[in-house]
Amino acid sequence: MGRYLVRRLLQLVPVFIGTTFLIYWLVWAVPGDPFAGKCGERRCPPEYVAALTEKYHLNENVFVQYTIYMKSLLQGDFGTTYSGRSINDIIATAYPNTLKLAVVALAIEAIIGLTAGVLTGLRRNGFLDNLVLVSSLFLIALPVFVVGFVLQWTFGVQWKIVTPTVSSEMPFSELLIPGFVLGSASMAYIARVSRTSIAENRRADYVRTAIAKGLPMRRVVGVHLLRNSLIPVVTLLGTDLGALMGGAIVTEGIFGINGIGRQVYRSIVTKESATVVSIVVVLVLVYLLMNLLVDLLYAALDPRIRYE
Amino acid sequence: MRVSKRASGALAVGAAFALVASGCSNSDGGNGSDAGATKDGAITIHGVQPENPLVPANTTETGGGKIIDDMWTGLVEYPNDGGAPRNALAESIETKDSKVFTIKIKKGTKFHDGTEVKAKNFVDAWNWAAYTPNGAANGSFFSDIAGFDQVTSVDPDEDGPQKAPKPAADKMSGLKVVDEQTFEVTLSAPTAVFPTKLGYSAFMPLPDVFFTQKPEAFGKNPIGNGPVKFVSWEDNVAIKLTRFDDYNLRDKVKVKDVTVKLYQSEDAAYADLLGNNLDFMETIPTSALAGEKYKTDLGDRAKSTVTPTTAFIAFPIYDKRFANPKLRRAVSMSIDRQAISDKIFFGTRKPADSWANPLTPGAPAGNCTACKFDATQAKALLQEAGGFQGEMVFYYNADSSHKDWMEAVAQQVKTNLGINARAEGIPTFAVFRQNINAHKMTGPYRAAWQQDYPDVENWVNPLYVKGGSSNDGLYSNPEVDALAKAASGAENLEASHQKFGEALQKVDADVPTIPVYFYGQQSGHSEKIKKLELNNVGELDLSSVEL
Repeated sequence: MGRYLVRRLLQLVPVFIGTTFLIYWLVWAVPGDPFAGKCGERRCPPEYVAALTEKYHLNENVFVQYTIYMKSLLQGDFGTTYSGRSINDIIATAYPNTLKLAVVALAIEAIIGLTAGVLTGLRRNGFLDNLVLVSSLFLIALPVFVVGFVLQWTFGVQWKIVTPTVSSEMPFSELLIPGFVLGSASMAYIARVSRTSIAENRRADYVRTAIAKGLPMRRVVGVHLLRNSLIPVVTLLGTDLGALMGGAIVTEGIFGINGIGRQVYRSIVTKESATVVSIVVVLVLVYLLMNLLVDLLYAALDPRIRYE
Repeated sequence: MRVSKRASGALAVGAAFALVASGCSNSDGGNGSDAGATKDGAITIHGVQPENPLVPANTTETGGGKIIDDMWTGLVEYPNDGGAPRNALAESIETKDSKVFTIKIKKGTKFHDGTEVKAKNFVDAWNWAAYTPNGAANGSFFSDIAGFDQVTSVDPDEDGPQKAPKPAADKMSGLKVVDEQTFEVTLSAPTAVFPTKLGYSAFMPLPDVFFTQKPEAFGKNPIGNGPVKFVSWEDNVAIKLTRFDDYNLRDKVKVKDVTVKLYQSEDAAYADLLGNNLDFMETIPTSALAGEKYKTDLGDRAKSTVTPTTAFIAFPIYDKRFANPKLRRAVSMSIDRQAISDKIFFGTRKPADSWANPLTPGAPAGNCTACKFDATQAKALLQEAGGFQGEMVFYYNADSSHKDWMEAVAQQVKTNLGINARAEGIPTFAVFRQNINAHKMTGPYRAAWQQDYPDVENWVNPLYVKGGSSNDGLYSNPEVDALAKAASGAENLEASHQKFGEALQKVDADVPTIPVYFYGQQSGHSEKIKKLELNNVGELDLSSVEL
């Protein structure tokens, strides 16, 4: 177990360097001069451009720029944006918000998705099963921004139950609707996957044995059936956290949440490699660690899986 | 490219006018507003995250520009009705020859840190902004002043490895402090419009403490001299401002706290406006303009206004296919501006009929003869010009909503002139501007111009004079240059305006660009605000707000 963990953690290093360089290079290759559009419909003064070019090493080639960037990154300094704001500050303010939103979304999709999956998996082809099937297909088919605008309009503007946008303190109650919107598509997938998994295991020998030896149904489902059916669902949930964080840009925009989505978008458009990479670096770490966590969870769920 | 300024107009009605005349502070309110509620009131208005730390001479975009407009008061201010500028912080601005100006500032006004605003604060701020090594984005606004060439230096090989040499001096010789309240400005050549420029944010004074710290640090905690002072700035969330109680100039604000909420999307802000979670939104998003939805949503809380901004289509005159003025005129006359205004903008933008926006002081209205829609004459002109070979591509930046109207223009040119025309989007504004700056455009392209300060000069020198800062199509006509030069150096504004009018007549003969429409603006406010006014460029005039 310990050796496995060390090996996995060491594997993170080349992946980390590879992804960061790839992203740095991609943003660098985006066409456009970062200062061409900065002063509106007229050219920026050449002195101003020269000063910034110098400051951010923009006249060096991409390898040199990347090395300079990585050097300061290893010392814990993400650098500054072209307008002089510290990227550490941006990450410190934007990340917790996105993480909070993603965790709320993950909780909502896990609770609703799993409940719906278990119920429908046990009673297939009933009314509930059909209802969940139709509504999950509906949620998958709807683009996130449609769900977002409809809920915002209904609850925030028409009924005035919640404020249309999330305030800066980000209280939990205000995050429910954005969280539901963000998690809606995955929620539908979770329900589908867990339904299939439950239905399949329902016919397995060990379940029949458990029922035959007279265990109460609650124990059969809760311990024997659910635990064995959870593996695909946990995989889905684990990798989803990263996807939710990176994919929150639309939801963040609709509900006015100061998260990483807009930061990344803006920085790509303005060719701020350092900002994009810095934000993505943290995302990459989230992905890698979540994957590791999922792998370790397998062992906890299924004793047959062991790591050496 | 952005404009200052606040200033409640002479049109300010009723109680508000009495307030100005008596110079007192808190009004008794009017028009159903509640003075008590106003006095301690707080409002939340729409904003966008400023790109740079808030230093006036380094702010070129509107997000930060609006905050700076509210936090600072300049020497002159521009009335809301778009009229001629008048003194704000300046007691008097005197000149005999439009070359040497003696500027006296009012006694006893304060910066937000309690220090007095003195003549020295202006001179130091301007010298700082003009000095090249400081890299201020608005540095070129000081080029009129004598000695500007001594404090600037040019990079010898543009973007190359060589560094620009250090300038010969760090202070402009044309600026001289006479006493605590007086300073003298000597220009390198007579410029009648100079006093008008002084309301632009680049010319704001800076407190002594600015020069003791890094500009970035100051810009995160700025100290101005305007009616509201800075409280806090949470990136991408909100900037909080509060009334500066020691403010003693005309445009005192009546409400207490102003929160500028920084939105990522206009639709989110609009939802907040409808949910009474936001009190003022300057520009209603296009999604709500369609089908006039905003009118049903907001009723009499919707406000329509016109702003001094014009949308153009510019010709790359350096491309010899577009060198013939007759061809350019033919293209211009084949565009049915009225149809574009009605069908695409639902009447919210007005068809352009003059070269300088008619809201600008000194701008002659209706002087664009090439702006008339006349398909027959356009066709005849095209024939005289010898036709057009190949494809005419109209370019626009696709990251903003220009597709519809640019395609309509291309379609009209195609139908009315029989030219093989189409519109093509360039992905981002940055790439678009890069091509324009490099003079690499191969077809007409969209452009827009918002005045920096209200004077017709700002619609001629940057756009149509050889070497002008935004003359991107490289238009050049010695007659226009000569007239513009004479106009700039005229002894007074009337003479200057008349000469600029003549210059624009010459421009009309050459059609270097095509004015297409004048911008309009639809704003909305919450039920909480009982009274408000917009300034000359359509921004909220904070001093007018009553609850």
